[in-house]
This record gives sequence, C-alpha cells and structure tokens, in this order.
Amino acid sequence: MIYAYFLVAIAVVVVAQRLPDLRAKRGLFLLLGVALLCAPLFDRNDSTFNVLADAGIFVLLALGLNIVVGFAGLLDLGYAAFFAIGAYTYAMMASPQFNLHLPFWLLLFLAAAFAAVFGIILGAPTLRLRGDYLAIVTLGFGEIVPQIFQNLTKYTGGPNGIGALDFPSLFGRSFGQNTIPYYYVVLALIALALFFAYNLRDSRLGRAWMAIREDELAARHMGINTTAVKLAAFALGASFSGLAGVVFAAKLSLVSPDLFQFQVSVLIVSMLVLGGMGNIPGVIVGALVLVLVNNVVLPQANTIAAGAGLHVDFGNYHFFIYGAILVGIMLFRPEGLLPSRQRKEELHHAAA
Amino acid sequence: MLRLEGVTKRFGELVAVNDLSLNVAAGSISAIIGPNGAGKSTVFNMVSGIYRPSAGEILFEDARIDGWPAHRIAAAGIARTFQNIRLFSFMAAIDNVLAGEDAHLHARLWDSLLHTPLQRREEKAARERARELLRFVGLEGVAETYARNLPYGSQRRLEIARALASRPKLLLLDEPAAGMNPREKGELADLVAAIRERGITVLLIEHDMGLVMRVSDEITVLDYGEKIAHGTPAEIRNDPRVIAAYLGTAVA
Amino acid sequence: MHEFLAQLFNGIALGGIYALIALGYTMVYGIIGLINFAHGDVYTLGSFFALTILTALGVSGELHGVALVVDVAIALIGAALLCGIVGVLIERLAYRRLRNAPRLAPLITAIGISFILENVMQIWKGPAPVPFPAVVPNPSVMIAGVAVGAQQFLLVGLAVVMMVALQLFIHNTRLGRAMRATAEDRDAAQLMGININKTIMLTFLIGSALAGVAGFVSGVYYQSTWFFNGFGAGLKAFTAAVLGGIGNIAGAMLGGFLIGIIESFATWKFGGQWSNVTVFAILILVLVFRPSGLLGEAVYERA
Repeated sequence: MIYAYFLVAIAVVVVAQRLPDLRAKRGLFLLLGVALLCAPLFDRNDSTFNVLADAGIFVLLALGLNIVVGFAGLLDLGYAAFFAIGAYTYAMMASPQFNLHLPFWLLLFLAAAFAAVFGIILGAPTLRLRGDYLAIVTLGFGEIVPQIFQNLTKYTGGPNGIGALDFPSLFGRSFGQNTIPYYYVVLALIALALFFAYNLRDSRLGRAWMAIREDELAARHMGINTTAVKLAAFALGASFSGLAGVVFAAKLSLVSPDLFQFQVSVLIVSMLVLGGMGNIPGVIVGALVLVLVNNVVLPQANTIAAGAGLHVDFGNYHFFIYGAILVGIMLFRPEGLLPSRQRKEELHHAAA
Repeated sequence: MLRLEGVTKRFGELVAVNDLSLNVAAGSISAIIGPNGAGKSTVFNMVSGIYRPSAGEILFEDARIDGWPAHRIAAAGIARTFQNIRLFSFMAAIDNVLAGEDAHLHARLWDSLLHTPLQRREEKAARERARELLRFVGLEGVAETYARNLPYGSQRRLEIARALASRPKLLLLDEPAAGMNPREKGELADLVAAIRERGITVLLIEHDMGLVMRVSDEITVLDYGEKIAHGTPAEIRNDPRVIAAYLGTAVA
Repeated sequence: MHEFLAQLFNGIALGGIYALIALGYTMVYGIIGLINFAHGDVYTLGSFFALTILTALGVSGELHGVALVVDVAIALIGAALLCGIVGVLIERLAYRRLRNAPRLAPLITAIGISFILENVMQIWKGPAPVPFPAVVPNPSVMIAGVAVGAQQFLLVGLAVVMMVALQLFIHNTRLGRAMRATAEDRDAAQLMGININKTIMLTFLIGSALAGVAGFVSGVYYQSTWFFNGFGAGLKAFTAAVLGGIGNIAGAMLGGFLIGIIESFATWKFGGQWSNVTVFAILILVLVFRPSGLLGEAVYERA
C-alpha cells in the first residue's frame, strides 16, 4: 500500500514536469496535494503516514539544498549541519533540558532564523573560494557542528543527545504519539517551500543565482552583488533545513549528534543528483525514490530474505546505494533522471 | 568623465601598464589601440575592477574607483564587454539582459520570496526594458534563445545589450569587432554611434583600424604599456611614432 | 616537558601516516585538479589488504629474524601493489570520462566511489574495528626521558624513505618529468609527445601505493583497523596537503607532519573529542585565508 503513495506521487510529479502548460501543471500539483490531504480519512494505517512524514522531511531538505546546489551552483557537503541546528533548537527549547517549553510553532520560526544566521556565518568565509574548495569547507563545517553538539555535554546531553522532547500542540490539543498531525505539518511546510522555491527561481534572485553559476566574474561585472546573492542562497537553503530539523526532532522526540553525520549530507546530495539538480520536480522525485528505497524497500528485502532463510541485512548497503547513484548518474546521465531543459543542455554541451 | 592618472600595473617583474594618464571626455567615443601585449586589456581590467593598479589613480566622475569591487563599479555606471565573449550561455537572451539590470532593481529578498506587487510590477517593467534593448541591438526575434545557440555576431551584440542594461554612463567595449565579417562590422559601427546618441560615453579596444578610424573621436596608442600617442584619427594616422610601433605588424 | 616530548613524538608518527596519504591527494590534485575523495578509503583498503596477506601467511603475532623481514616485505609490497591497482582502476573507470566535465562532477563521483569502497570494506571485514597483528617488535629507546618505540621509528623512517624516493623519481626520471610537465600544462605536455593517460595512471598508481604503505604501517602501529578509518584520516591528510600547498610534494610532507603534531597536541590539551574540530578548523582557515598553503605560490584567478 505504501508503494502506491510513493508511485502515485512520483508519477504525478513526472507527468507535471512534462506538461508544457503552466496552469495544467499547477492543477496537477494541487490535485496531488488535495489527495494527500484527504488520504488519512480513508487510510487508517498509521505506519504509512509515519513513512510519508519522514519522506516529506527529506523532500523539504532536498528543496532547501536545491537552492544552494541547484540554483546557485554552490556544492554544500555539510547541509546536515543546519538540519542539526534546527533539531537542537527544538530539543533545547522544548524539553526538560533547560525546562524551557516554548511552543513548536514559535520554534519553527526561530529555528529557520537560527539556521539562516548560521548559513550566513558559515557561508561568509567561503565566498571567495573556488567550487571544490567550497565543497570541502562546507564538509568541514558539517563535521564540526555535530561534533560540537556532542562535546558540549552540559548543554546538549553529549553523545546521548536530548530526549523526552515536548509534543507539539495545536489549539490546546497535543500531537502526542499520533503521526497524522506531523504528516499534515510536513505537507504544509512542503507547500510553503514549493511556493518559496518557485517564486525564488522566477525572481531577480533566481536569475542572479543562475548567472553566478554560469559565470561569476561576468555576473559581478554586470553589477550583481555576488556576495549578497550567495549569502542569500546559503541563508535560505539553511532555513529550509532548520524547519525540517524542528519537525524531525519533534516527531522523533529525540535528538543526538549521530543523526546528523556526513552520510546525511551525502544522502541529500544524492537525492539532488539522482533527480536532477536545479529542477524542483526532479529533486522531489529524487528524495521520494531514495526514501522509498531506504525506508521501505530495504527493510522489506530483509524480511523476504529472512523468510527465505537468508541472513542478509540490506540496511548495510545504504552507502553502496548512495555511492552507486552518485557515480552512475555522474557518468551516464549527469543531468539526473528528471532534469530541467537548461541543465540538460548545459551538461550535454559540456561533455561534447 | 573617466580619468587615469599615472596608472601603473606590475605583474611581478613585468610592467604591463606604465604611468598611464588618460582622459575620456563625456559623450565621446574613444579608442585604445596598440599591438598585442601593449597593455590594453589590462587597462580595461583595472577600470572595471578585476585588477587594482600598482600605482596611480582611476577617477570616474571625480570619484576614486580603483580598489572598488567590480559590482560597485558596475553600479556606479561603468559596464563592459569581454574580448572572449562571456555571456550566460545557458540562459535565454532576454534573461542575460535582465541579469544586467539587476543592480537597478529594488525587489528585496522578501519581494522575491512572496512575489509582492512591487516585484511583479518591477519584473514586468524590467522585461519591457530588456525587450527594448534587444530591439535596439537587433535581437528582438531571439529573446528566448539560449545565448550559446546564437550566432557569433549576435552573441557580441547580446553582450552589448546586457552591458547597456546596467544603465552605464561609460561603456567599455573589448574588441567588439573580433571575428565579425565586413557587413557585421558596418552594423557595429552604426550601433556604437547609436549608443553614443543615447548619451553613453564609449571607450573601446579594437584591432580593426577601419572601425576605429571611422567611429572614434580620440585615439590613444599604447606600446609596451606606455602611451606613445594620443589624438584624433587624422593625427594618429600620420604620427611617426605610431607608424614605427606598428611597423612589421599587420595594420590597415 | 616530558609530556610535551611524548606528544611531539606521537604527533610525528601520526604525521608520517598523514604525510604518506597526503602525497596521493597532492599528486592527483596537481595533475588533474581533482580532490580524490576516495583516496582515504584506499588507505584503509591498504590495511585490509595487508591484514589479509598476513593472515594468509599465517602471521598472528610478533615476528623475528628472517620471518620478520620477509613477511613484512610481502605484506607491505602486496598492500602497496594492490592499492596501486585499485587506484588505477578507479581512475580508469570513474574519473577518466569526466576529465573535461564541469569541475564538480568528478568530485561528486569521487564521493560516490568513497562510499562504495567503505561499504565494500564494511561487508568484507564487518562494521566493527578489526584487530591487526603486532608483527613488528616494539622495544623502546629513551630519548630525553621519553620512551620511543621501534614502530615509531619504523613508521617515520618508512615515510621519509618513501618521500625521498618519490622526490628522486619525480626529478630524475623521464616518467617523473612527464608527470611534472603534465601537471604544469596538460595540453602542452601532450603536444610534446607525453602520453597523458599513461602519466595520469602512473600518478594514481604511485599515490595509491603510498596510501597502501600508510595503511600497512598504521595497522602495525595501532594494531587495529576499521572500514571507516579512511574518512577521517583522508580529510586530515587532505588538510595536510592544503596546509603544505596543494600540488606541492614537499608541502604535503611538511603539512602531514604538522597536522599530526597539531592533532596530537590538541588531543593532549583539549581532549580527543576536540581533535577533529581543531583539524577541520585549520582546514577551513587555511582554505579561506591562504588557499595556496605554506609552500604553494599564490594562484591568481584568470580573468
């Protein structure tokens, strides 16, 4: 059953991508949105919506990283750091840790703002760097941030992290252990993220990002303030990640530093690479496919293997899958599975 | 309008430009010529902010601009094209021009995020201006074509349109006629004249003497980083030092 | 003072390992401008190969006399050779096609290769650290009151010998000159009749073989190895290469020893949990403020 959700969602996004008419495209997205909104009325399977909410968190992360990597062309290998900052913001301010119990909704805003500020702080020193050095510096930041969360035991609970986080509540009713409210929050945030992402793409800022991706020096000579534009990309990308972090932490009711390791950053990059960097429908599909594989296909493969008397843990093959995606796509279809027209031409001409 | 005073640029041992003083009058079309390696491009790169002079001052409308970042110089009213065309290859022609308008747009982050009425209005007006500029350079028919898919001559003209979009007072053209056929060169001469009609001062580097002599009011000749002559086309044509400098090099 | 010296000697030993790995980063970056992210994992692979060879030879503990020399030589050369082959294969299968692709494509591919190698090693020897036999006896000498083990000497000695050999090779042989010429200007080298593909392959062969050597000595030194070691060690060795001036072989050695010493002191002064933070902070600071490193020349962006 869970497959149906993923496959329908992927199919709708793929079809929408191919529709030339903007209105029809929007209509199709809207239809999918309504269907997802109504789904819990007909489907009482909690675990389905648990998986879907997790998938949604990754869609959110992919949309955010896409702003930095896809739109502005800045390879960020430490994106999980902002996810961590969002999650720890919630964990420290809505838990017994400091006996602060700020409301979830306020913390969504706060975490987005914190993450954005850190995006600027971490982004600022990298502005003059060439692409590959920038990637390594962001990787360094990505390693440092969870390590610091781990080391500052007094404030962050150290390696064990912080548990027993508050359940969010709306109109006085707590979400509790129920997954459906998280599912709705995630849907709403994705809608918001899509609205922002499309608006940004079709704005002055989106154009400037494209220009610096194509030729930074020429962009500067056209009067584009490349510093401000890059920082905006870091800040906005980070804020999406901060939002995702809050929901992630609240839903899990737990944070610990090992949840935000390098692998998470690479996982999100893999989603972008698989789907097609820079293309919004593409990265959504990339995120959905990888979550489907990680959270549904591999565990089921384990069960099937166990049923056949085999003791294989397919959960051990995550690295291999990300690695194979990165290598395979880069070698054979660098524009990803669902690219924008622009990326496709760009990469095919570059290869020629 | 643009004044260089004793500008020198050294790269290690090499003196690319030596103690150059230059004055570009507002409303004029001026040219810098000289053999390859004379330091012409270095002058452009200093004026537009890629290099910082080793010594001397660059003044634009009485403000000292040497040392300013490139985008600030562009915003102050100096636009340029590049010898080896540097368009945004995989952006439509009109988006290239729109990117040139960026410094004059007012939409803030918030406007871009929300597509506020201000943003919509501004974007519409910017698009209008971009179309007008494409028409001005004769590219109205290819607004949606990717820059890299345009023929060479059109790419040069698109680069000029993009530069004009930043509403310059001074336009620097770096070998605009390179690779053009005689008909295209003729059109280019008309375009340069039309740009001046718009009240924009033009400073160009060019190897094509026919074009330079035809469009320029004043010509500066560089050789080995030094100014060896300055004057009207007629004066330059008869200057013995210029003839000597060009001896042995192909010149019309 | 005693502790200071002890940490210094530790750091030098650690630095020998980083220096050997850093050479591979710096050579590959110098020649094709790629941060070969998988290089750290080739290093881990080296310790796995050495372990497998030692196990096949029936070695499980300290060796003496002829057996010590012969078995160590077989394991060392075997690990280096196998790593060299793996490095060449990676270049041939993954990087060569992307030589003219946009700059980030090969980097992303390299990260992919790194993940694949880590996973393969994890399945091969399991997710937990694996014990490595202490094949080399470790009698210690007192230097200024600090005990320094034979293994530390071996490690540093081996690293220095390798580096000197590499320098001699690069400066005094035809192939070495071809490597330098290719790093300087690939197109010009090609016009001068240098076989670019062969030269790049040779670079990967040598760099990866050195990582294999590093893998072996680190196994002996720490008496354990782990599939994920290469990630952190690789990043630190890359930091070393950048600190020394990427593309610069002497710089990689200097950077390697410096990073080893810095890490050792950071562990001593701030505790082990801060050593990574310290090293990565150095990486960031160097890249941001002096990307050309200590021995590199300033690189101008071409207009």
